[in-house]
Amino acid sequence: MVTIERHEAPEVYLDHAASTPLRAEARSAWLEASERHHANPTGSHRAARAARRALDDARDDLAALLDRSPTEVVFTSGGSEADNMAIRGVLHDRGGTAVCSAGEHHAVLEPVEHAGGITVALEADGSVSPDRLADVLRAEESVSVVSIMTVNNETGVINDIPGLVDVTRACAPSAVFHTDAVQAMSWLDLRTHVASADLVSITGHKIGGPVGIGALLMGDGVVLDPLILGGGQERGRRAGTPDVAGALAFTAAAVAADAERPESVKRLGALRDRLINGLRSQLGDQMMVTVLDGGAPVAAGIAHVIFCDLEAEALLFLLDAAGLHAAAASSCSSGAQDPSHVLAAMGIDRMVAQGSLRLSLGHTTTDADIDAALAIIPPAVQRLTACGGG
Amino acid sequence: MTSHTDGPVLVMMSGGVDSSVAAALLLNAGHEVVGVTMKLWGGPSDTGCCAVSDVDDARRVADRLGIEHHVFNFGDDFERKVVAPYVDDHASGRTPNPCIECNRHLKFDRLVRRADALGFDRIASGHHARVVDTPSGPRLARGVDDAKDQSYVLHVIDESVLRRLLLPVGMMTKTEVRAVAADLDLRTATKPESQDVCFITNEHGRKSFLGDRIPLRSARVQNSNGDEVGRVESVELVTIGQRKGLGLVGGTDPRYVLDIDAGRGRQPVVTVGEKADLAVDHTPLETWRWVGETLDDRELSFQCSAHGSPEPGRVIDGRVEWAVPHRRIALGQSVVAYDAQGCVVGGGVAGRLPL
Repeated sequence: MVTIERHEAPEVYLDHAASTPLRAEARSAWLEASERHHANPTGSHRAARAARRALDDARDDLAALLDRSPTEVVFTSGGSEADNMAIRGVLHDRGGTAVCSAGEHHAVLEPVEHAGGITVALEADGSVSPDRLADVLRAEESVSVVSIMTVNNETGVINDIPGLVDVTRACAPSAVFHTDAVQAMSWLDLRTHVASADLVSITGHKIGGPVGIGALLMGDGVVLDPLILGGGQERGRRAGTPDVAGALAFTAAAVAADAERPESVKRLGALRDRLINGLRSQLGDQMMVTVLDGGAPVAAGIAHVIFCDLEAEALLFLLDAAGLHAAAASSCSSGAQDPSHVLAAMGIDRMVAQGSLRLSLGHTTTDADIDAALAIIPPAVQRLTACGGG
Repeated sequence: MTSHTDGPVLVMMSGGVDSSVAAALLLNAGHEVVGVTMKLWGGPSDTGCCAVSDVDDARRVADRLGIEHHVFNFGDDFERKVVAPYVDDHASGRTPNPCIECNRHLKFDRLVRRADALGFDRIASGHHARVVDTPSGPRLARGVDDAKDQSYVLHVIDESVLRRLLLPVGMMTKTEVRAVAADLDLRTATKPESQDVCFITNEHGRKSFLGDRIPLRSARVQNSNGDEVGRVESVELVTIGQRKGLGLVGGTDPRYVLDIDAGRGRQPVVTVGEKADLAVDHTPLETWRWVGETLDDRELSFQCSAHGSPEPGRVIDGRVEWAVPHRRIALGQSVVAYDAQGCVVGGGVAGRLPL
């Protein structure tokens, strides 16, 4: 009989890909701005103008950081809104067909499927093949938007965005290329990796900014029908009172994440490898390393593994009871675990995929977290295996 | 309740008032309680459990009580063990009870195995039934509220599960349950009951559900002489005792369905007759299992539907011999035997009674 000692257990947070703790820089930027800028930046009085100035400072700083022009930055409520705005905005403006990978986040996948679009299967290594995309684009004449994520949120696989953009330009020259880079900002330099994309979705809470603020980067000349109509904010591209404090905090987090990226990729990549190797040595054949051995590049902070013959839902329960916070596939609205569409798109059997676990590291992850994970996970896996999988 | 040992209790919380109160009572009795809502049906639902709003209710009641709450997705098992057989049964002219199959395979089997794996030695639910200790082991007994008693749909619970099962509201009337919920200010206190099959929506109904999954076949309606007297559009939707929707010409006395022959590969035939023809002196049993000792030829009471009234009879030679003539039971319906104390002593499935 295992006693469930929820309250005494230490908290080991390995779910940074879902949301990562607020950075000190973002917190102080938010607090300062929310104190100072109570006025609506669309007003004309002095306080409004000050708020407007702060908002545009944030826009300038974020644009400079990403090597974009300030006019390209449209603040949104987050990644899902930016994704919807990209796909639906293009389709509403010019019709045509949307194409995305079958492993996209639901914020891309659902708008594409809803509009009767086409999905491209993933390769066995979890990546999107430019050749496979080319085949789809050559077979379909009316493609108006192509959307391929920069880093997969479940597996951490990094896509070859420059190569995919080239293929799109060659095979569907009039199509707009969008990438959901929500998971990428902590691990990749977006200045280079997604420079050729027309539309890029990013969000605050994956990099230590607050939840509720993100942006769509819109290349000059790209036209979208706005999702939200109203007061004409964000140059008529996204109505609604701008979140000045959010924009400043998001930008502060982005600057901090960017500054520490070379170091944190090295540090967290080493911790992730220690975690994987530690699990592998304790669990051997009971565990499959999903993508790290597969050849495709993988973001430094994401470890995706599949345990044989057990149900992730039961495993997550035991890990949670032991104080380890992790994730399996995407959770549905009820909070239950749904089978992963990403693993399905890679051709992994549904029964096998039930044993998946995503451990994602972030800026607060320490050596001690990895030690704790290595102490908690193997016995939980062994217990479930002994009980028929849970 | 059965004797208990220390350790946490996993309580099934559907998002309804009964399971909310069950969790509260267990907590109050000093147990460590963890709530779980099973997500069973992924499709549309407007009748039963599994809807997101029900999960929200369960979660918020758990929050209010200060207990942990989890959601387990057993959708694949539910599809395989409950929904698919439900469809197959209709296709072959049977009348299934999916709630019983859900209790048998999901709530009191799949969940129990999950509970084992997670280290819970006891489980609980908000069903209106009781577990009573007898010299020959724990037995399932009727809940004290006759109108709400659910022992019929729970008769499939194995003795090994009864031994570790807590049913705290079985000792209460529904009125008392609602009063406790109101007293604790639980948001489910006045929530209406779910009554229907959770995966069949009120909006689209059984016909649409089955029609999406299997071809519905029309049937000839005949009288007991074999003369055609009408037609029905889909034999899968006909049940024994049914009176309406048989396409009969007006002006005659009411006719009732006495027999359904949905045999695959043949023309389905529905036979109708007068009300008196519905009464039978015995019901054949396709399957039967005594809970403890064999009680053949002993006078017991038998219940044949979730809210049916118990009638006296005896099990003799694989059939129930009724003390007084009984209405025909549809093929596939569960028959549950109770002793004089209201304990479930046996159960099985009605077979087809030839005309």
